[in-house]
Amino acid sequence: MKLITAIIRPFKLEAVREALAEAGVSGLTVTEVKGYGRQKGHTELYRGAEYVVDLLPKIKIEAVVADNHLETAMEAIRQSARTDKVGDGKIFVCDVGQVLRIRTGETGDDAL
Amino acid sequence: MSRIRCKTAALVGIAALLLAQVAHAQAVAPTPNKGDTAWMMMATALVLLMSVPALGLFYGGLVRTKNMLSVLMQVFVVFSLITVLWCVYGYSIAFTEGNAFFGGFSRLFLHGTFNPADGSFSLAATFSKGTPLFELVFVAFQATFAAITCCLILGSIVERVKFSALLIFVSIWFTFSYLPIAHMVWFFAGPDAYTDAAKTGAINATAGFIWQMGALDFAGGTVVHINAGIAGLIGAFLVGKRIGYGREVLKPHSLTMTMIGASLVWFGWFGFNAGSALEANGSAALAFINTYLATACAVLSWTFAEWILKGKPSMLGAASGAVAGLVAITPAAGNVGIPGAFAIGMLAGLICLWGVTGLKRIIKADDSLDVFGVHALGGISGALLTGIFNAPSLGGPGSVQDWVTMTMGYPGIATQLFIQAKAVGITIVWTAVVSLIAYKIADWLVGLRVTHEEEREGLDISSHGESAYDY
Repeated sequence: MKLITAIIRPFKLEAVREALAEAGVSGLTVTEVKGYGRQKGHTELYRGAEYVVDLLPKIKIEAVVADNHLETAMEAIRQSARTDKVGDGKIFVCDVGQVLRIRTGETGDDAL
Repeated sequence: MSRIRCKTAALVGIAALLLAQVAHAQAVAPTPNKGDTAWMMMATALVLLMSVPALGLFYGGLVRTKNMLSVLMQVFVVFSLITVLWCVYGYSIAFTEGNAFFGGFSRLFLHGTFNPADGSFSLAATFSKGTPLFELVFVAFQATFAAITCCLILGSIVERVKFSALLIFVSIWFTFSYLPIAHMVWFFAGPDAYTDAAKTGAINATAGFIWQMGALDFAGGTVVHINAGIAGLIGAFLVGKRIGYGREVLKPHSLTMTMIGASLVWFGWFGFNAGSALEANGSAALAFINTYLATACAVLSWTFAEWILKGKPSMLGAASGAVAGLVAITPAAGNVGIPGAFAIGMLAGLICLWGVTGLKRIIKADDSLDVFGVHALGGISGALLTGIFNAPSLGGPGSVQDWVTMTMGYPGIATQLFIQAKAVGITIVWTAVVSLIAYKIADWLVGLRVTHEEEREGLDISSHGESAYDY
């Protein structure tokens, strides 16, 4: 099993959620986050004070998928989240040791 | 013949009766007009609204989340504290006869304003003959002015001032700066005192120092805005910069609150300025439209200038423009005509925009919410421009030159402008000296600033034990 962590543009959340659902990913966790990469920030002006805002608001999606679903899920996120401009985000993948569904006690792929 | 005589006798009788009634009417003191009374009580409530919540929200939106409640609390408590001090001794020192700088003590605890023995109320003068106001209404109206002026100052020192130090400072500053300047600028015996040209000089001599010079300040350009703006700047220097000033992001946490606050300030300012006519009359109408128009002009001039110079028209700019326009039109409100409102509003937006950008960089103080840049600079501009646009040739009403005959006139632009400049200068020096001493006393007693850790944590938690938002 793999944990997919995707950082995307906030307004792309709905499109990515739909694409993942179509790709068979049955659940995910969403967090509002801030950060920066190549996009960098913008400047804000309050009367005489100018502030460079480095940390931009992004959405972090986390979903755990079976190994054989990984490529489909990653491609679904990529196709739905891209605008081809700097700031589209990144996808990170890590191995997951175990998963357990709390209600039933199922483990592994059955718990996804 | 006898019938004619009868008729004549009857006519003489009626005439005698009429004369007696006229004499009787002259003997009875005039009573306050109910319309004036109703308007002035509403105007007073409007000034309360422009302080709490309006000024609190305007200021509060400009600080960081962790200091929101501290700003609201500072405004709320300072407003209440000054209201109490006003009724204890403030009103008496500002608005009773004394010398040219301080009034007397005859109205301590508002003594003598209401007589429970016969249910009678004392009367205060307005700007028309035979048109008094219940003195208690005047007391309340002027109380709100003193209270909001003290609240304006704290915008310079928010996010790091110690609450106890602020209360000590405003108590001293109110007593030795607000009260004498209000007395100097606004106290005079009232139009009914002037009955005989021969006594005019003696009656004038009972008035405040700046009033005697002939300075025009309709609703508080000197008394309120320059007074508070300079006190704020001195505070910014003495309290020092916020931690991280110039390095960290110290941006407003809610310009939505600031917009709501600025809008309510605009609304309440109708009471402040039009109420300063003390009657529901033409002078109030002029102050009302000028307050409305000049503010709109300043919103536009600030917004477009910012758009051209900085690239984007900002909400904070529009809200700041409104306050700049309101400040500048305050001394002018009933003292200029419509051309004056256009000019003062347009200029105020541009001058105060420079005040919070270019001038602020020169001064190098952390005047956090730009009390100096907006209130002192706007107040000075307004006070000087009042002297110019008061001219009848520029659409202004002029001012009363002879209180016996109530003759209006205008001494000439150069003369009036010089008088205005002297009034501005005296106010700046007076408030600067008192502020310096008052901050030093507060510093010596309790210390002006919270600790480094408390400032980092935020004053909401460290000074007041609560937090503004829980979501």
